[in-house]
Amino acid sequence: MTESDQIHIIAAIVEHKPGVLYRVSNMFRRRGFNIESITVGPTEEDGLARMTLTVKGDEYLVEQVVKQLRKLIDVVKVSRLLSGETVVREMALIKIRTVDAKARTDVVNYVEIFRGRIVDVAHESMTAEITGTPDKIDAFIELMRPFGILEDARTGITALSRGLKSVKVEA
Amino acid sequence: MTKPIARSPSMNAEDMETIRMMGSRALLEALKREGTKVIFGIPGGAIMPVYDALLDFDIRHILARHEQCAGHMADGYARASGSVGVCMATSGPGATNLVTAIATAYMDSSPIVAITGQVTRAMIGKDAFQEADIVGITTPITKYNYQVMAAKDIPRIVKEAFYIASTGRPGPVLIDLPRDVQTEEDEIPFPKSVKVRGYNPSIEPHPLQVKRAVDLLVQAERPMILAGGGVHISGAYEELLALAELLNAPVATTLMGKGCFPENHPLSLGGVGMHGTREANLLILEADVLLAVGTRFSDRTTGRLTEFCPDAKIIHVDIDAAEIRKNAKVDIPIVSDAKKALKSIYGQILQMALKRQPSLWLKRIEELKAQLNEEATSTGASLKPKEIIKTLRRLLPEDAIVTTEVGQNQMWAFLHFQVIKPRTYITSGGLGTMGFGFPAALGAKVAKPEVPVVDIAGDGSFIMTEQDLATSVMEHIPVTVLILNNSVLGMVAQWQRLFYNRRYSNVYLGRIPDFVKLAEAYGAKGERVEALPDLEEAISKAIKSDVTTVIDVPISPEENVFPIVPAGKALKEMLWE
Repeated sequence: MTESDQIHIIAAIVEHKPGVLYRVSNMFRRRGFNIESITVGPTEEDGLARMTLTVKGDEYLVEQVVKQLRKLIDVVKVSRLLSGETVVREMALIKIRTVDAKARTDVVNYVEIFRGRIVDVAHESMTAEITGTPDKIDAFIELMRPFGILEDARTGITALSRGLKSVKVEA
Repeated sequence: MTKPIARSPSMNAEDMETIRMMGSRALLEALKREGTKVIFGIPGGAIMPVYDALLDFDIRHILARHEQCAGHMADGYARASGSVGVCMATSGPGATNLVTAIATAYMDSSPIVAITGQVTRAMIGKDAFQEADIVGITTPITKYNYQVMAAKDIPRIVKEAFYIASTGRPGPVLIDLPRDVQTEEDEIPFPKSVKVRGYNPSIEPHPLQVKRAVDLLVQAERPMILAGGGVHISGAYEELLALAELLNAPVATTLMGKGCFPENHPLSLGGVGMHGTREANLLILEADVLLAVGTRFSDRTTGRLTEFCPDAKIIHVDIDAAEIRKNAKVDIPIVSDAKKALKSIYGQILQMALKRQPSLWLKRIEELKAQLNEEATSTGASLKPKEIIKTLRRLLPEDAIVTTEVGQNQMWAFLHFQVIKPRTYITSGGLGTMGFGFPAALGAKVAKPEVPVVDIAGDGSFIMTEQDLATSVMEHIPVTVLILNNSVLGMVAQWQRLFYNRRYSNVYLGRIPDFVKLAEAYGAKGERVEALPDLEEAISKAIKSDVTTVIDVPISPEENVFPIVPAGKALKEMLWE
């Protein structure tokens, strides 16, 4: 993996109000940065939301991304999450073609090994829910390919640093 | 006079005055409380409630003839005065006409607040008549923008807008105001202060970085200072002068920094970059330590970056952390206001009680400057640009303000107009907006009515905003427009001459219109001058006139701006006559 292929995770605490996602994505487009994935959700603190962004690139790029994010008025705090010190999770829903009993049994077994769950069953399809690192989800999807993937939806990653360290905004 | 507007002012728990009033009045009251004395604008359907209320307020309104000009006027006002300029337009086309002016202010970090009317809240998103998504359109060219959805939010938003526009790295802020928010009546709180939690503009220089910079500077044999627009914004003139003299470091400025160091000072090298002086462009390559203050290392300043200051260690002071290492690789970054950083660097060096001896470096600078400064005199039939600009400088008092258009006129002014006082040279540096100089001159004159204001113009630029001659006459804002009329889009013609083998494509303007008649049609004065004594007389008269004067000076279409560093080339590849 070259330096410019490196995936970086950035967490941003932002104002939870209309237009903020537009401001962030507009900045990425305007500066020519690519977003690999972005997840957004409210935090337990009133009026704030948390964005988890992943970008691919070298050290120069990620430094620029962080600085440009910090410059946005609606972005309250920005941190880089380093891979060794961070819990990273992604969730995926995968709808698999299961034409016969054998296929159904195989899929159920794989889902169990991946500590996932079957969340929907129909005559010729099953939907699995898998949570884990992006690598784990990639691996599961590869295993399901021979059965036939009818549809899949991935959340993009969300992440927290390990231990006491946090990106929280001090009151 | 302001009519009584408050019915029952009351103070609430947060020490906040609350007044029952309409949104339109709340806007104007809030602007007044921020110190706004003048608004540049044009009314229209969606902003009419504000214009109606304006009749009852003691705020001057200057009716522009195009919203772009209203925006540039606010910008010129801000740059001349250092305080926030305010412009106003209606929704849709009124708002989109402001876009060029807002982008101009954004690129040059100029504090303006733009207020736009908007269709009623219920109509937003329905493609109503004169609806434009101006918040969406201006997001990448404003420091921040707002769409106000309740009248009670107006004073807080106005206060935040002024705070954000004028602090840190300044910039334009837009407030979009739906028509029915303007007419909504409510108990409206006026906060005494605002806090924006994601925005902290006051940054102290890091002591360790200052120490490192000091160590580097005192050991330097060939130190040099590159001063940008940030020095103007932070008002760090005295600190810059003191530090340069203490270090015996020559000072070159960027286009935006021009005038932040007196250009008649022995240590001044003038401007650096694509059309920098030869001494600045040659000496910057020899420096061993470069202290760059309030500059973003634009491509026009540095030429090809890999060969910019190849042997120098670079100290970069900027208040915007995102400028550090955006363009240039720097050795010591200092994220700080320029004034604070320069003051603490100066203070520490002073403590070392260091005595600078006249150095070889200083001698080299003196010799090079003497060698390169021959005077140009006209030999051909028409006046030379350098001569025209030097004549203007000679006739203007030191505190007179000069604005420029964009192109050759701007670069001749950059090279030859010696600026002595800060904030007296106003130009569209980043965006390079043709048509900027004239409305900016009007805005500057409104801010500083006591000093002469001259727009150094080209025929191609002036025609883009000349209709605001009407504004200057009607509103009694007398300025001088000095057109270096070469009958072509001069800078494009120069590039076609130098880099496109004289294949002239669509640059000929044909001395149309007759600018003397054009000025007269608006009730302004027009003069055409072709000889030096006539030019002197025309300028002397114009700067004392109580009506705007357009001085049309025909020059040769073959004139080039030299030196020039061709785009994408290194400073050392500079060409000159």
